[in-house]
Amino acid sequence: MSKEINSGIPTDSEVILGILNNSESVLKRLYIGYFPMVLQLIINNSGDGDDAKDIYQEAIIILYNKVKTGDFELSSKLKTYIYSVCRRLWLKRLSQMNRYGGDIKDFQEYLAVDDETERQNDRDIQFNKMGDALKLLGEPCKTIIEDFYIHNRSMQEICDTFGYTNADNAKTQKYKCLQRLKKLFFQQNKE
Amino acid sequence: MSDNQLLELIERYLNGEMTKEERTRFEILRNENVEVNETVTEHKHFTSLIKQYGERLELEQRLNAIHDEIDVEALEDEYMIHPSFVVRLWRNHHSKISVAASIAIFAVLCTLFFTGYLTNRERNYMELSGKIKILENSTHQLSGKIKNLEPGRRNNINPGNFRGTGFAISSNGYIVTDYHVVGGADSVYVQSADGKSYRAKVIHSEVAPDIAVLEITDPEFKNLSPLPYTFKKTETDIGENVFTVGYPGDVFVLGPGYLTANSGFQNDSTSYQVSITANPGDSGAPLLDSKGNVIGIINGKETHIEGTGFARKSSYLLKAIDNIPADSLNKPLNMNSKNGLATLSRVQQIKKLQNYVFMVRVYGKGL
Repeated sequence: MSKEINSGIPTDSEVILGILNNSESVLKRLYIGYFPMVLQLIINNSGDGDDAKDIYQEAIIILYNKVKTGDFELSSKLKTYIYSVCRRLWLKRLSQMNRYGGDIKDFQEYLAVDDETERQNDRDIQFNKMGDALKLLGEPCKTIIEDFYIHNRSMQEICDTFGYTNADNAKTQKYKCLQRLKKLFFQQNKE
Repeated sequence: MSDNQLLELIERYLNGEMTKEERTRFEILRNENVEVNETVTEHKHFTSLIKQYGERLELEQRLNAIHDEIDVEALEDEYMIHPSFVVRLWRNHHSKISVAASIAIFAVLCTLFFTGYLTNRERNYMELSGKIKILENSTHQLSGKIKNLEPGRRNNINPGNFRGTGFAISSNGYIVTDYHVVGGADSVYVQSADGKSYRAKVIHSEVAPDIAVLEITDPEFKNLSPLPYTFKKTETDIGENVFTVGYPGDVFVLGPGYLTANSGFQNDSTSYQVSITANPGDSGAPLLDSKGNVIGIINGKETHIEGTGFARKSSYLLKAIDNIPADSLNKPLNMNSKNGLATLSRVQQIKKLQNYVFMVRVYGKGL
């Protein structure tokens, strides 16, 4: 635990351990530690602070998921990895906005990280659909689904919260909600 | 078994809440029934997507909370490379700037082109030999060719490409005009007030004072009566009432005015500046004072100030006449020394002058 008291940028292995252990303070130090580097990249290449936030968070999520799923291999410095992912993401964003002039001002060394950002992109699409479907689902279904499938609350708790007379009613309600959510989600897929 | 109950079974199965017996039974069902198997897989996939979505939301919230603690603006100031304002302007707007610049350059070029600045850059001095419009010119050439096809009708009046005015310096056919009117000409014709055209040749020309002397060589030319005007040898004073007569067009035109300066274009001391509306075609016209003395020969005008013309002083005209080599003269050139105009009214003066002032037509001048 002594590591978590340290301030400043955590070491690369600290970061990996910290993410695996869901350490809030390592995540925070990681985030604060490398943000200026990314901010510098973005704002000096026709972006602003909000762009930097979006890009940086996307990169941190990529790193986070890779570490969590266990397929993260530290082949370079973490700093270089984060910079490279952000650079790649920002180039993509710039060309989507037709603002990419063909040159980018670099501040760090970087690696090729194409397929990682691609995979992330596919997941983002799925998540966006899920978010939209949940929004369309409306209350109380949204909360029931979130409570049960995301927050792992038991049917009994949900039953109490929503005042269902018995757990069976609540189960029926949850079943209907889930069916509707699937319908909404896959409808979007078709569109 | 309803779908609802099946779903509950699946969830219990996936969550590991089944007893060993139930589990075995369910797995057999799953193996036997493809539909059930598919539902299990699909459900597993879908619920894990919901779960991951939830985790993602939570992670984003955590990151946002961390982000809110960062003073982004201070960092931005620190890490922003501040190129000079111009460089940043260029970097952010270079395409727009390029377009604007091209339009501006185009506009400037158009303006220069239409105001004639490009073609007339060095000269704001215009020689007054009139160029007959190209269209007219080609028509005349065509009609000339047609006439040439008919035998015996050659040498008829045929307007030249280049036109100016000339006036007699002696009664036996010597005429003076501007060099720029006849320079480079193949043939020169002079036309008198009564419309008769005579062949002439250039016997002497001086580029610098812009003076040329012609001799009418046409056998049909009959000597004029003695000249009524003289050539003034001394300089004339500013303010003198002067006038010019010439052929800016096809008619004989009077240009009255005043002598306004003792030097011409760009302080050229060999010329006078006169406030006369000189027109193209007035080149070579005589400039006379009120008593009928020739004091100069019109040779240009200021293009930017309307109504300002220039005339070469008569002393330089006389000098040029003196310079004519003796062997160029087929006939004696006797300058007149008796003034017959001094006492006449302007109307009478002009009536007399009309016989001594010629339209000069030039053919084949470098066009």
